[in-house]
Amino acid sequence: MGKTLIELKNLTKSYSGNRVVDNITLSIRENEFMTLLGPSGCGKTTTLRMIGGFEDPDSGSILFEGHDLLPVPPYKRNINTVFQRYALFPHMNVFENIAFGLRIKKIGKSEIAERVAKMLRLVDLDDFGKRNVDSLSGGQQQRVAIARALVNQPKVLLLDEPLGALDLKLRKEMQIELLDMQRSVGITFIYVTHDQEEALTMSDTVVVMNQGVIQQVGTPVDIYNEPINRFVADFIGESNIMEAVMPEDRVVVFDETTFSCVDTGFAPGEEVDVVIRPEDIRITVDPADGQLQGTVTSVVFKGVHYEMLIETKHREYLVQRTMMFPEGSRVGMNIQPADIQVMKKGDR
Amino acid sequence: MMKFLKRAYLGIIFLFLYTPIVVLIAFSFNSSKSRGQWGGFTLKWYLDMLGDRQIREALVFTIVIAVLSTVLSTVFGTVAAIGVHNLGRVSKTAVLNLNNLPVLNPDIITGVALMTLFISTGLPLGPVAMLIAHIVFSTPYVILAVLPKLRQMNRYTAEAAMDLGATPAMALRKVILPEISPGIISGALMAFTMSIDDFVISFFTAGTDATNLSILIYSMAKRGVKPSINALSTVMFAVVVILLLIINKRSDKGEELLL
Repeated sequence: MGKTLIELKNLTKSYSGNRVVDNITLSIRENEFMTLLGPSGCGKTTTLRMIGGFEDPDSGSILFEGHDLLPVPPYKRNINTVFQRYALFPHMNVFENIAFGLRIKKIGKSEIAERVAKMLRLVDLDDFGKRNVDSLSGGQQQRVAIARALVNQPKVLLLDEPLGALDLKLRKEMQIELLDMQRSVGITFIYVTHDQEEALTMSDTVVVMNQGVIQQVGTPVDIYNEPINRFVADFIGESNIMEAVMPEDRVVVFDETTFSCVDTGFAPGEEVDVVIRPEDIRITVDPADGQLQGTVTSVVFKGVHYEMLIETKHREYLVQRTMMFPEGSRVGMNIQPADIQVMKKGDR
Repeated sequence: MMKFLKRAYLGIIFLFLYTPIVVLIAFSFNSSKSRGQWGGFTLKWYLDMLGDRQIREALVFTIVIAVLSTVLSTVFGTVAAIGVHNLGRVSKTAVLNLNNLPVLNPDIITGVALMTLFISTGLPLGPVAMLIAHIVFSTPYVILAVLPKLRQMNRYTAEAAMDLGATPAMALRKVILPEISPGIISGALMAFTMSIDDFVISFFTAGTDATNLSILIYSMAKRGVKPSINALSTVMFAVVVILLLIINKRSDKGEELLL
């Protein structure tokens, strides 16, 4: 992956005293697919809009290829945006929508025709040039919005929840198409979503945000397997999160049971949070074989696996296994040391 | 039975509303000068009307005032609507209420108020004063016609244009104005109709040398109704009806007015 393209330094933005973006520092590389992920109101869209030039930060700076971007108005930035619900121009047909940016730049007629045709091919809408944008389906409008942005050959494409208005099946298809497009045009994508699955599927780097603060930056695998705190663990995927104590390195105690783990570097006796993914808990038929014992209270078939709730003396565990254990049965549960993720107690 | 009563009720109401107009139109084609009897069909009064220099002058004056006030109030109203649209919720409500007040205010009060204002500021009553008055009462209608179009627009449309390299002025010209143009045209048609239609406010601001059609009809009627007044009134009625039909037809197509 390439060199640093955009740097956000200590960005802060408040609306009527409410800090929506709080001291964010982040660097984005060339050709990177970066996703800003978080619940609504976490500041991800505001961050994106500051990069696009539609909001000014209260403090902090944005560098683009090492130059200060903040004095540059949005219409002079070499950045294009795919807006929420597309914001296509309804009084223009598909061709004119895509050609808009090129016409503004006073590019010659034949070159415009050529570049728009190439874009239509890229987004698989070859014969749609003369169509009215209102006559297109959501997925087609989405592709026009992407073509309209990409035809300007930006260095960075900003996408603000671009698939939010589509149904699940179409969303999955578009995720793959977007990834293909990003690879074929080779530019940086900064993608905003609240859908953790979308973020994990598409990104090189995921930035998890909450209440205006970056919680964790990492690859999808890192974020999923080694969430840094309770918020990230809870937001990404399903999880069992427990309060625990670490008496020493590689040992953690919760639910009155001592477990081995692989984490080190905590103070002796430090209180921590522990996350265990539901697919990492193994069930034993004989309760005595398990580190923990409990009763199955609910079984739901999910296709690939069964999702079971197992009630122990201390709590209810969410467990996913391909083998079904009937409701009411007493079982044991085992957890491998590598499957226990120990996290600093978050102050958030 | 119920259905019959409903129909009859509606019929009576329409009869009540439209009888005077129908009588007026009928008498504009009546060859007898007397209003009491039907003397056969004629177009004489229409020819009379066209031959009357006073009427021709008033007609030209009315159209000039209507066109000028329509153009100016459409410009002012559209600019104001874009401004209002981008206000915060509280100030938007306040401004809209202020905007609705002149719409609901009785014409006679608006007329007297404008006359008082013009006299106290030293602006002579006459064509200019009447033009200003027409702009004043038309502009709120333009705002009310344009605002819904702005509201229907995707809130990111202007930003999308700027994102693609358009300066704010270009975004306004190439994207926003074309998108709200149906509202602007509806507003302009309403302003034109209001201007042609108005008597009360025109009367108070006309002074002595400005005579539009409605004022002319009023002063002619005071001297005894000539049948050519019937013809002139019929023509005015027809123009207003046609304009209203166009406006309604447009709002059927999804352009809803705030009224």
